[in-house]
Amino acid sequence: MFPARFNYYRAESLPEVLDLLARHGSEGKILAGGQSVIPLMKLRLASPAVLIDINRVRELQAIAGDERGGLRIGALTRHHHMEIKKWPRSLALLMDAARDIGDPQVRNLGTVGGALAEVDPAGDWGPVMLSLGARVRAVSPKGERTLPIDELFVDAFTTCLAEDELLREVEIPPLSDGTGTAYLKMERKAGDFAIASAAVRVNRSPDGRCQDVGIGLGGVGLVPLRARGAEDLLRGSNLEEELIREAEESVRKECEPLADIRGSVEFKRQVVGVLFRRALKIALRRAQGEEVEAGHV
Amino acid sequence: MKEKDNDSSKKSSLMTRRTFLKGGALTTAALSTGVLGAEVGEAHLALEDYPSALKRATVTLKVNGLRHRLEVEPRTTLLEVLREELQLTGTKKGCDRGQCGSCTVLLNGRPVYSCLSLAIEAVGKEILTIEGISDGETLHPVQRAFVQEMGLQCGFCSPGQILATVALLGKNPSPSEAQIRQALAGNLCRCGAYPMIFKSVQTAARLR
Repeated sequence: MFPARFNYYRAESLPEVLDLLARHGSEGKILAGGQSVIPLMKLRLASPAVLIDINRVRELQAIAGDERGGLRIGALTRHHHMEIKKWPRSLALLMDAARDIGDPQVRNLGTVGGALAEVDPAGDWGPVMLSLGARVRAVSPKGERTLPIDELFVDAFTTCLAEDELLREVEIPPLSDGTGTAYLKMERKAGDFAIASAAVRVNRSPDGRCQDVGIGLGGVGLVPLRARGAEDLLRGSNLEEELIREAEESVRKECEPLADIRGSVEFKRQVVGVLFRRALKIALRRAQGEEVEAGHV
Repeated sequence: MKEKDNDSSKKSSLMTRRTFLKGGALTTAALSTGVLGAEVGEAHLALEDYPSALKRATVTLKVNGLRHRLEVEPRTTLLEVLREELQLTGTKKGCDRGQCGSCTVLLNGRPVYSCLSLAIEAVGKEILTIEGISDGETLHPVQRAFVQEMGLQCGFCSPGQILATVALLGKNPSPSEAQIRQALAGNLCRCGAYPMIFKSVQTAARLR
């Protein structure tokens, strides 16, 4: 299979990317890892007239701490780099997600920014970044803006970014002490997209109260979803078992799964609730300093 | 189908997407959702324009230590160049969409799908194919291990399995069974010779 013809431009720097976007943004697509855009082009689900290759742009490749104690992940960071990075324990969910995206070949080329900008309903980084309350920095020839990741996802395979805008990096805000995180997904087979997935960030005060919580869901809607109702139930509570069950039911009600080859609506609702509860339990143990493996199912 | 959004343009795009998302005849590495059979049909029809004259780029690719100067269309995958231009047919074309792993090559030492890489992207990188790992007629230790343990049935997936193993053992000389399974997760064997393949990897770790 061959993609339809296109003109290829290779950018060596961010200003070059912006220049190319200004000239070809409306007819072009960004080529990062290519693990989705190339098969989409082969299948004629996308036929851009221009590909702008950003793989050599160094400005997009760093993972760096920022002055407030947060983290900036360059859009061109490969899943593989997320997998081999030594993350602080509070960010253990990044490892949970990275190590099981696709397979080694996909992780070696596929990128965090590319995956987020693709907005696959069952992608892994969407729910993870939603649970962390991440922000996205986007640049265009006209300037730069930062937006909450919730706003990025407009529809399946659709972001709010303009044609001449590039997702430049993801900002993860600083996490307070006593934060635990976990990401769990259920797959039909190794390397497949998730049937459903759940990412949880939870912060517990020394007296056991839930100070803050973030819940991201994957595979159960047109876009990655944030379970705000469940978050509201848990925030400020003492995380009693009964309340956790209530939050689990809320997660099931808040999501909007579609029936497809991966399962029925009812099945996905059931699964995502269980995944949420298990991820929360793992995150809580991790918040206490315990080493816990998040075993995908 | 009920939609919360009453904006009609948004609604119709949602309808299209919902319809699209519900299709499920064929999956790709690209999408979590299936692709409708009709759309695949159209995809094949759209290939009628290949091959014909169009803008080509001159690139130099370093394959198995040798530099090759080639003219390629930007849309040509690395897999096509290896097999059709350089006649390195040890790299196999299986699914051609990043699911089976038979087109695996090493790019700067790391396994990638050559069917999902454009040749033009590989400029300046070290490309290693199955033809490049043996020393003349002397097989690479990983190849010897696959022969010794009969780590194959039909052999079509072997070049990919062997290169994924070479990459694994390069960074982890004595992998556990779980690590072997993880490292070879991108390489399918339709014959189901997995037990022998995993045994070959263990033997290769000893032979090296």
